[in-house]
Formats: sequence, C-alpha cells, structure tokens
Amino acid sequence: MIKSFKIIISVLTIQFLVVSTSLGEEKEVKDCFEKINRATFAFNMALDKVLFRPVALGYRKLPSPIRTGTSNALNNLSNLVTIPNNILQGDLKAAGNNTIRLIINTTIGIVGIFDPANTLGFEKLEKEDFGQTFGAMGVGEGCYLVLPVIGPSTVRDAFGSLVSMSGGDAWYNLTVKNDTQYFKESDYYYSKLTEGVDFRAKNLETFDSLEKTSVDFYATVRSLYLQDRDRKINNLKIKTDTLDDSDWDSLDK
Amino acid sequence: MTNLRIKIIIVTLFFFINLNSNSIANVSSDFINDITSKASNILSSQDTEEFKIQELIKIGQNSVDIDGIGFYTLGKHRKNLSDDQKNDFKKIFREYFLKSFSTRLVEYKEAKIVVISEDVKNEKYTIVKSKLLATSNRPEVAIDWRVYTKDPSKPLIRDLIIEGLSLARTQREEFNSIIVNNDGNIIALFTSLKEFNNK
Repeated sequence: MIKSFKIIISVLTIQFLVVSTSLGEEKEVKDCFEKINRATFAFNMALDKVLFRPVALGYRKLPSPIRTGTSNALNNLSNLVTIPNNILQGDLKAAGNNTIRLIINTTIGIVGIFDPANTLGFEKLEKEDFGQTFGAMGVGEGCYLVLPVIGPSTVRDAFGSLVSMSGGDAWYNLTVKNDTQYFKESDYYYSKLTEGVDFRAKNLETFDSLEKTSVDFYATVRSLYLQDRDRKINNLKIKTDTLDDSDWDSLDK
Repeated sequence: MTNLRIKIIIVTLFFFINLNSNSIANVSSDFINDITSKASNILSSQDTEEFKIQELIKIGQNSVDIDGIGFYTLGKHRKNLSDDQKNDFKKIFREYFLKSFSTRLVEYKEAKIVVISEDVKNEKYTIVKSKLLATSNRPEVAIDWRVYTKDPSKPLIRDLIIEGLSLARTQREEFNSIIVNNDGNIIALFTSLKEFNNK
C-alpha cells in the first residue's frame, strides 16, 4: 500500500515538474490521460446518480437556516487552509481578515454556524488552497485529471491536495493525523462529504441543465473547471477577463 | 487665440465622444433589462412548458448573435470549412443553440435578474454586469453579458459570463474536444449536433 502510494507520488512529482516547465505559454487543454479520465468521469457520474444527487435532493428539503448554518460552518473550517495560503501568496491583508473571521465566527458565531464577522465588517473572501498558491507562484497546471469521487483536478491541484494532507491543513492534522480526545478521523471525512453535498445541492439545476444540453459533458466540465481555477489563481474579479476581445475580432474580419 | 480655438475643439470633441459612449452604454443596459424582464415574466407565468420554450426561442432569435457565436465556437476549425459546410453549420448550430438555450432557461422558475452597471470596452463591445438574485435554494449568481454594439440600433448578445466562466468559451472547448477525438473530422461535430437536435 505504502509502496504504491510512493509510486503515485513519484509519478505526480515527475508530471508536476515536467509539465509545469513546458506549459508556460501553452493555452491548449492538456488532457494527457483522457481515456482514463473519461472512464473515471463515467464512474463519478454513476456515483452521483445513485448517491450524491439523491442525498443533495434530501439535503435541499432541510430548512434553509440549517443549510445556511452548515454552509457557514464548513466555510469557517476552510479558513484553516485559506489563511496559510493567503500568507504564502503574500496577501497579508486577506490573511488578517480571514484570521479575525475565524476567531469571531468560531467563538461568537458558535463553531461558524453564524457569521457575525461579516456584520462587523470582515467580509467573506474567496477560498485559497495550495494548488492556487502553486499557480500564483507561476507553476503550470499540468495535465488535467479526474479523480475518483473527488472529481476534476490537475496535476498541480492534486499535488496541492497532497500538501494539505501532509501537514498543510490544520483540520486534517487535528482529525486524521493526531489522536485527540476532541476529534475523530471520521470527523474529517464527514466534513468533506457534507461539503460535497452542500455544493451539489446549490448547483442541482445548473448541473442538471448542463448535462441535458451538452453534446460532450465531460469536455464541458473540464472547460468549466479549468476556467474557474484560472480565474481563482489570477484573483480575477467576476467579469470578462476570461475572454480576450481578439478572440471575437477575428469573426468580424 | 489659436490655443483657445484648439481647446474649444478638443472640449467639443470630448463632449461628443462621451455622449456617444454613454448612449451605447444605455442602449446595452436597457437592452439587457428589457430581455431579462421579458424572460422573467415568461418563466414565472402559469403557461405550459412548451409555450414558455417557444417564447424563449423568440427572445433568443431577436437578441443573440447566434451565427457569430456559432463561428466563434468553431475556433481554429472555422478556417477549414467550405462555403457549403459553413451554411450547413449555421443551420445546425442555430437549431442546437435555440434548443439548448430554451431548455436551460426553462428550468429556472424564479429568475430575477438585476442589471448593476456596464463597461463600454470599445465601440463594438459593452459588458453589462448583472446578478441573478438568490433564492432559498441557490445563492446569488453574477452574470456578465457581452453585448455586440457594432450597430447600436441593434445590439446583440455574444456571450454570457457566469461567475467568471464564459459559456462561449466552454462551448468552443466542448466542440473542439469532439472534433479532436474524431481525428479532426468536423463532420463528427455536425453529427453530434444533429443527434442532439433530433432528441
């Protein structure tokens, strides 16, 4: 088991280093493992149909304050990964804002169920992770990957997740790595599962209609994931920076 | 005296340039306000789904540059098309787009969009920023509209950017994937679109 884990890490590291240096100017999608990715995607879609979608539909039936509270608590927990990444990206202002939010919401906001920090002027900012930090440092995304259960990723983002699980995520350290009397290993997996269900419940209609109207749903999800990561890494405001006017100008020639 | 004359000319020019850009901006905002309120009325009505789809298709036909988006989504493959293939594609894509557009929209029963501001990028494009208001089931969604204003009397939508994700770009990458996975054969894309249209 440990041996195969080491092999996976080695392959990912090689991919990470090779592709990150060669993809600097490349704009084309690098789907090096497309056949495997498509198979994993089909597996994930089947899993979604029998598990995640029905659970998300059930979750939707919960009263709105319960869903909002759950979403707030999970968001509060994600600050444990966001804050170190704010610091690594040199964004100390955001790190300060998120640290204050974490303290206020964990205490006065009762483990993050409520968001009094927002009322006090500490706004909710975008989440950050190690994949984004690598991206901000100029590391290329590498090949596109579809991970079982987890879904779309890239070599860079998968490497970022490994960093989280190797000490970068305080919540993971508290629950899975350390034996404390307060938390169990399962708390981490429950929180991740709930995060997935919460995300799915918020995107039920969007996801369903995209699936219904796509001629290649795999390619649609891949495009949306890569655009979203690009936007987050470049900290673009929600606007049209995803498209250059020159893309459209060629139509008028 | 000459300096004064030059200053007057410059001020006058600025006045007209500014007036012109303001009028384009207003045209775009009013245009988006108009179509979103029409769509919102259709979606919240008690009419049948078939009727709603027909009404949404009419909006799409009048307000979207379907041919422009179609050719944009072909990207680099556009150059390899013959004139006959271009005409075929226009027909197939138009049908695909209107079906896909109306099917996506009809899912939203409560859709209230508020226009926030606009950004005149140049004489050809204005970006209208708006938000789809939150409901108890989904959060607020930011939607930017790329409006083609080459003819200010007939603005047309060329792209929707939802939470920073461009639908035109997504469509282009989807089409490219189909073509690439069929060894560059563009007919495979035509076949996929026809299959979708006939579903």
